[in-house]
Amino acid sequence: MIRLKVNGVEKSFDGDPQMPLLWYLRDELGLMGTKFGCGVGLCGACTVEQGGKAIRSCVTVMSSAAGSEITTIEGLGRGRLHPVQKAWMRLNVPQCGYCQSGQMMQAAALLKNNHKPNDADIDKAMAGNICRCGTYQKIRAAIKVAAEEVA
Amino acid sequence: MNAIANVSRREFIKGLFRTGALVLTASVVPEILRAQTSASGTSPTDAILRPNVFVAIQSDDTISIVAARSEMGTGISTALPSVLADELDADWTRVKIQQGDGDKRYGDQDTDGSHSVRSFFDVMRTCGASARFMLIQAAAAQWNVPADACETELGTVIHRPSGRKATYGQLAESASKLPVPDPAQLQFKPKSAWRFIGKETPRYNLDALCTGQPVFGIDQRMDGMLYASIERPPVFGGKIKSYDDKQTLKVRGVHQTVEIPPFDPPCAMQALGGIAVIADNTWAALQGRQKLKVAWDNGPNATYDSSKYRDELKATSHRPCKVIRNAGDVEAEFARGRKIVEADYYVPLLAHASMEPPVAVADFRDGKVTVWAPTQDPQTVQSAIASELDIPVKNVTCHVTTLGGGFGRKSMADFSVEAAYLAKAIGRPVKVTWSREDDIKFDYYNSTSAMYMKAAVGKDGKPTAWLQRSTFPPITSLFKLDAVYGDPGHLAQGWTDVPFDIPNLRVENGAAKAHVRIGWLRSVANIYHAFAVHCFADELAHLAGRDPLDYLLDLIGPPRILNLNGADYPNYGASYETYPIDTGRLRHVLELAAEKSGWRKRKPISGTGWGIAVHRSFTSYVATVVQVEVNAKGELRIPRVDTAVDAGQIVDPMLVRTQFEGAAVFGTSVARSGQITATNGVIDQSNFYDYPIARISEAPFQTNVHLIESSASPGGVGEPGVPPFIAALCNAVYAATGKRVRELPLSKLDLSRAGADSKSSTS
Repeated sequence: MIRLKVNGVEKSFDGDPQMPLLWYLRDELGLMGTKFGCGVGLCGACTVEQGGKAIRSCVTVMSSAAGSEITTIEGLGRGRLHPVQKAWMRLNVPQCGYCQSGQMMQAAALLKNNHKPNDADIDKAMAGNICRCGTYQKIRAAIKVAAEEVA
Repeated sequence: MNAIANVSRREFIKGLFRTGALVLTASVVPEILRAQTSASGTSPTDAILRPNVFVAIQSDDTISIVAARSEMGTGISTALPSVLADELDADWTRVKIQQGDGDKRYGDQDTDGSHSVRSFFDVMRTCGASARFMLIQAAAAQWNVPADACETELGTVIHRPSGRKATYGQLAESASKLPVPDPAQLQFKPKSAWRFIGKETPRYNLDALCTGQPVFGIDQRMDGMLYASIERPPVFGGKIKSYDDKQTLKVRGVHQTVEIPPFDPPCAMQALGGIAVIADNTWAALQGRQKLKVAWDNGPNATYDSSKYRDELKATSHRPCKVIRNAGDVEAEFARGRKIVEADYYVPLLAHASMEPPVAVADFRDGKVTVWAPTQDPQTVQSAIASELDIPVKNVTCHVTTLGGGFGRKSMADFSVEAAYLAKAIGRPVKVTWSREDDIKFDYYNSTSAMYMKAAVGKDGKPTAWLQRSTFPPITSLFKLDAVYGDPGHLAQGWTDVPFDIPNLRVENGAAKAHVRIGWLRSVANIYHAFAVHCFADELAHLAGRDPLDYLLDLIGPPRILNLNGADYPNYGASYETYPIDTGRLRHVLELAAEKSGWRKRKPISGTGWGIAVHRSFTSYVATVVQVEVNAKGELRIPRVDTAVDAGQIVDPMLVRTQFEGAAVFGTSVARSGQITATNGVIDQSNFYDYPIARISEAPFQTNVHLIESSASPGGVGEPGVPPFIAALCNAVYAATGKRVRELPLSKLDLSRAGADSKSSTS
């Protein structure tokens, strides 16, 4: 039996310990904000927070999530809107929106450690998150807006 | 032609809206006449007098507007309702947008071809103005005052002399009993009074997208639903010889396997066939699938090799082909002994790779199918499922979810057909999710094309004769097994309509047989055609020792309506009278892009280069200037892009700018690394490591979009940004490195200073 916390709630799982966290969140818990994009950690659509760090849930197996605290987009703002979500809305960042949960989770993790990221910091932190619609320019601007609120 | 009908009392709207609501529908014959055969078999004339648009004004002041077009990130489900709301003088905060199911009553719902605004702008306005007229009539009758003494403001009718006011909701029921006004009676707002059109309206579903709400196809769930992953024939047209699922069935969570029969050629929208693994969750289905042992009969496409095929296309393009457009006599001019310039261009197959892969949820019960799908074309989903399961179309309900990207892939119904087939086979609701590998390997690819260009050049450096031949397997091969030539609609995409002022000009198209599924990808044939035409123009400019901007202006010639020399030119389904090719507008965007980018003030700096191109597609005019930096190692950066756009009347400038910013990134992916190849009929690529998509660090750092204010009829904006961007980028690479890009993607070229000449490094 694997025990973990998801968005502050205790959960237990007795299925395949090799199942990626992504499918547990989506298929078992019904938390659909975390997205499938590639299954191999190349696109960042499945990004969640584990113990304060951004991780790719599609390549994080359940056994390695045991005992950890997972935050998904649904829990990012803890009942309110996180500064990155507010900035994303203010700047109309999403086009199709599919990758944006992962983008926001990655951006939130960046802002935890760096309250004033420059362009190079942003490019480095966000290079693992693909947006096929091409919203990168707005993402960069929104991170700077969110940084002002976080700082 | 637009016809508004009052359907407030009609049976079919019961349950949709409260009783007493004023419900209007608008029927429109869209100008769009898709050149390609519609998969659903509908023709534009079928749409006559079928309502495309619904608006319902309810007693609680809610204004429901049905968005019948699919939302895949363009913001169309906000933009079109905002046009209606403007003429209705509605309070936007009371507008509720409902996504329309697949329903032939909406007319053509296939959200492709960048024509949603073009086709629906006027009808949205007419519908809004009609409802407003009826609400005013209702108020005037109630107050016993003349209608022309009443006015409206944000959802309220006001009679100022008496100070009386009533909200639209209060008036809806009495308005619903009135006849629809004659169009001649309608008063449209003057442009200066528009509240939403031409202004920025916040995206309707923005909060859902920013909080992880389950709005996408992949997010749909049903009680008792199982999950499927499908092992498909590795070669297009292949079949199962035999298979062994013993190990599969031992995987924890796997319920069963289901064989899906191969398609009956031509493939059109049918499922590819294969073996589905049905399980309790996606992971178990994927695990079970890995344990399948399958022997395949790969069929006739097993000999398909994309590098040999490329050589075949090229060879075809070197022979005389079918003439599509002709002016003067190119052969006679070529024989006159002037300088001859020739070049071959090539673009490989391209995959869509939308972030949400193909996915659908289906349920089959009592002979009826309900499917939830991120589809661009729900009516084709209905007809394709009906045909597969041999049930009437009316027994297929298709709910359209938000699309996690579409780019043309989701105009295809194959993944929805798979879900419906499996739901019937297992007697339970099922979700079919494509893996990324499935998505890359089993796409409907944008066609590969070889293009041969030849010009005779006069003393002034201007061409006196111009020949262009394009050879590509056509999309029509999906529907007709023997289709080998481009149809007029796809040849019209940047080929037939080459806009240059050259006395001897010939446009040709060669035959090519398809060995994979060919489909529509954002801007489609414009991708390869604009690449060849506008890079060749740049080559001639440099050979003439002229500035590419001046040279392009000369090539385009004086402002005029382009004479297409009698060529068959479907013009993206628009009438040539309303939407002619106006070289004045081409020149205008070109000059604007040059001015805004500082083209004429650019300085030669080692390792940097500027490129320029201008292209009309989907009836919009776009010029792009791209600046690149290429370092000694050959690494490419794109610090700045300037794009000038004349798309006629614009509904929402923020949404339009966003489309062109996105198009620059999309074009970057195509140009840098977009390449699908095949060996023995099997697609070589499989995921983002070998089919890379531009990342934040590779995409243009800054894209400036310059919109031309215009009252001309609206044009497309979703696709037209891609073609000129790619050509301008390649021209910039030449300016920076001296290496000509004649083959995409750029990753095949060594751009380092030590690198060899611009010869392709692949066979």
